[in-house]
Amino acid sequence: MVQKLDMLKETASQTAGPYVHIGLTPNWCGIGGVYPEDLGRVMVGPKAKGERIAVAGRVLDGSGTPLKDALIEIWQADAAGLHNSPLERRGVADPHFTGWGRQPTDGATGEFRFETIKPGRVPYKDGRLQAPHITFWIVARGINIGLHTRMYFADEEAANAECPVLARVEHKVRVPTLIAPRAEGGAGPVYTFDIRLQGEKETVFFDI
Amino acid sequence: MADRDTNAIRDMGSFYQRDRAWHPPAFTPQYKTSVLRSPQHALLSLEGTVSEMTGPRFGHGLLGPLDNDLIRNFAKDSEPIGQRIVVHGRVLDENARPVSGALLEFWQANAGGRYRHKKEAYLAPLDPNFGGCGRTVTDDDGRYWFRTIKPGAYPWPNGVNDWRPAHIHFSIFGHAFTQRLITQMYFEGDPMIWQCPIVSTIPDRAAVEQLIAALDRNNTLPMDALAYKFDIVLRGRRSTAFENRMEGN
Ligand SMILES: [Fe+2]
Repeated sequence: MVQKLDMLKETASQTAGPYVHIGLTPNWCGIGGVYPEDLGRVMVGPKAKGERIAVAGRVLDGSGTPLKDALIEIWQADAAGLHNSPLERRGVADPHFTGWGRQPTDGATGEFRFETIKPGRVPYKDGRLQAPHITFWIVARGINIGLHTRMYFADEEAANAECPVLARVEHKVRVPTLIAPRAEGGAGPVYTFDIRLQGEKETVFFDI
Repeated sequence: MADRDTNAIRDMGSFYQRDRAWHPPAFTPQYKTSVLRSPQHALLSLEGTVSEMTGPRFGHGLLGPLDNDLIRNFAKDSEPIGQRIVVHGRVLDENARPVSGALLEFWQANAGGRYRHKKEAYLAPLDPNFGGCGRTVTDDDGRYWFRTIKPGAYPWPNGVNDWRPAHIHFSIFGHAFTQRLITQMYFEGDPMIWQCPIVSTIPDRAAVEQLIAALDRNNTLPMDALAYKFDIVLRGRRSTAFENRMEGN
């Protein structure tokens, strides 16, 4: 016998199930009057700095069918590369931008959409700059533990080429699964980010 | 102030590696929906960067007075039918330190096992006085509590005769986005826990037992509600004092 380490085990994950919206976006699924609005629905205030963009896409299963019951959260830096978090030590983030969004995939089409701003660059732990990116977390029925990935911007070629995290992807053929193309829409630029859970173009997911 | 400094330092170390053998794997064929929704490539291991080691914070100011009272937050003309319960506990990290300011959101079926959701097809009736969602934020000691009714078990399409044990879904926001967690709480003494294809996605029996709330007679509200105690553990971080020494500073 040896002395015990006074450590606890992390509570095990369980699937969010098909009714995750009751808990996380109740107004969206018709349970009105409990909360004034769903958390994470609006990320950008009228005075927020930076380029307004939309990020849209789908989450596809191994048969290529979009998930109509998934829930996605995103977390990102502001236009200056700072996070609106008490744990941000490098400066004070734009108070008009939350940096955190939560959206369900549409019950009919499977599409999700975030109205946000394009983030600035954030340093890697050794001080090199990462390319601009948005952190994604995906839960749904059939997903036993939330999936972490990142979305990068196709129009940031130079930054992407030197990003220390993208450099960690061993099979370079998989890097494009993390990069969203940009289109100029009537309401502003839209980046399309389809997340593939399985199959030939399976998205790179992270253990962070 | 000293306390705040300690917290600040504690909050800067990198996170302990997640024990993936303790959590359910992605591919669990007994839970059929996981088959086409499970990534097949290895996850890319990434020591947290500032992008994941930060996270949004939700203050107590967010909360309405009935947010942690599922008996009253949707009630129309009377209160929902069912066994009245209080669920309480603490949110801790792997170092057994309280996580204050954690946002907890819960959702559940009503006493008959029916969810208020347009895609729900179970024949048990809706309860007009029960919505099924609630939320709260932990206090300085990591404590939380909420009041609700005990959810019923329900059948679900997986095998032809699979049932979920009574459970409450929990979503937990710690301080960092890496700590993000969704799980389910079960009830002490329920034999159906051990027959459930979703519970059995968890390989280790001890990890399942950690999801079972204990009946807590000492905290029952006399003549009102039974109590269940459910503690939650989020990922912990290294002490930066250690890390700096390791790096030779
Ligand atoms: Fe459920």
